[in-house]
Amino acid sequence: MMQPTDLPAWAEVVVALFVLAGAGLTLIGALGLVRLRTFYERVHAPTLGTTLGIGCLLLASMLFFTVTQARPVLHEVLIGVFISLTTPVSLMLLARAALYRDRREHLSDVPPLPVYVPDEAASGGDVSDRKIVDAG
Amino acid sequence: MTSTLLSWSILAAQIMLGLAMACSAFRILQGPRAQDRVLGLDALYVSAMCLLVTFGIRTASTLYFEAALVIALLGFVSTAACAKFLMRGEVIE
Repeated sequence: MMQPTDLPAWAEVVVALFVLAGAGLTLIGALGLVRLRTFYERVHAPTLGTTLGIGCLLLASMLFFTVTQARPVLHEVLIGVFISLTTPVSLMLLARAALYRDRREHLSDVPPLPVYVPDEAASGGDVSDRKIVDAG
Repeated sequence: MTSTLLSWSILAAQIMLGLAMACSAFRILQGPRAQDRVLGLDALYVSAMCLLVTFGIRTASTLYFEAALVIALLGFVSTAACAKFLMRGEVIE
């Protein structure tokens, strides 16, 4: 095991705390991925790892390389910005695809359609959407 | 003294991230529907990226940073492509 050397004690304590916090949060998110029951609950769980978990780990990495190389090392910000921009987009795409698939198969525990006014339904709404709302 | 603190905490963090990857792999193998498997894949690559960052701190080399960045880029593309496939039935229309 290679030992990280020439690091002051305060920096080691802070880096160790951030590393443990980030890994623990990622583990909690993954446990939620196993334990929660429906897909729409499970899609929330791994975002704990993609926001706070990877954030704490990248802060620890930035502090470690800044102290050991005696210059500001900030390129971990790139991963943080990229992950925090792309995770909502990809999980929104995935949740919408799952919602589309569940509604097409007329499953009973699908969340209902959000905007559906009954007056417009009587005049000329989509009949297939209305049937799904009544089923759910 | 404190160097052993950092190395032990990094070891504990790597064990926790390995358990997180195991949970994601369980969801990939077990998941009742296809979207659960895609969600497990998403969580799996995030955990792998965290694990690469901890390897970078342990070995004090910035080489692992590029690997983590490549995983982040390709993971987003793969999750978006899988979601598009589940929605439409084909990736490129």
